[in-house]
Amino acid sequence: MPVIDYGKCDGCGLCVSVCRCKILVIIDGILTIVHEEKCGICSRWCTECEDVCPTGAISCPFDIVVE
Amino acid sequence: MTVQIETLQSIPYFHGISLEDLNTIKDSFFEKTAERGELILAEEEPSNVLYFITSGAVKLFKTSADGKEQILDIARPGQSINDVPVFDGNPNLTSAQAMGPVILYGVDKAALDRILQLYPRVAQNANKVLAGQVRRLTSLVEDLSFKPVIGRVAKILLENSEENPDSHPKLTQQDMAAMAGTAREVVGRSLKALEEEGLIRLERHRLVISDKEALKDMVAAFS
Repeated sequence: MPVIDYGKCDGCGLCVSVCRCKILVIIDGILTIVHEEKCGICSRWCTECEDVCPTGAISCPFDIVVE
Repeated sequence: MTVQIETLQSIPYFHGISLEDLNTIKDSFFEKTAERGELILAEEEPSNVLYFITSGAVKLFKTSADGKEQILDIARPGQSINDVPVFDGNPNLTSAQAMGPVILYGVDKAALDRILQLYPRVAQNANKVLAGQVRRLTSLVEDLSFKPVIGRVAKILLENSEENPDSHPKLTQQDMAAMAGTAREVVGRSLKALEEEGLIRLERHRLVISDKEALKDMVAAFS
């Protein structure tokens, strides 16, 4: 699930526009995660919200596991 | 939808141009929309339109003969795309694809030339924009040429996996870029290369090392 740094987020909404799973919304100017369990259901772990963020405010941390 | 002067004002090409002058030139622009995945420009195709992104994000990339993609930039609101072909008259340097719903303002070369002649300030701004693009691309070339990042990325993955009792934090690609001393785009490219070679697999919220021994060999080969 994406992690938002509200100190950096300016609410521009670019991440909302690219989120395929529709889990990101702007509510009253504040970026909000809804239905977090749906993150990644549409494809694989895309991290496009992290890719487009102009301020580095959103990131997608991952566990590294050995098979 | 009509072209908004306030939006034009926020575009670096038009910084310092008065509202009155923007009002004069706004009819030179047209609005274009694109949906997620839509190709706005195709590499090597001819094009004579300069686009400014007013909403959404656009991926600029080149594709190799065997279908591999190299992202050169993710363009955001205010940024222009397709500057070089419009100025030098040659085909598109890259493909451009909408990453979500996108709104762009376009201006064709003939109209742009008129604007540049009438408003030297726009020409000065264009120089600054192009210089910024050269600076950023030079930095990317430096990273891709001189830094064998894939070995460092492989090492970071092994050192931070759940098998390591000392350190198994959750990482982001930005974290890995900082650890490897490179750009995030280069880390993304390395992860993709490792995945294509079957050494790792990207899943929801986790990165699976599927061939640990091969990953160790990768570290040894690049160290």
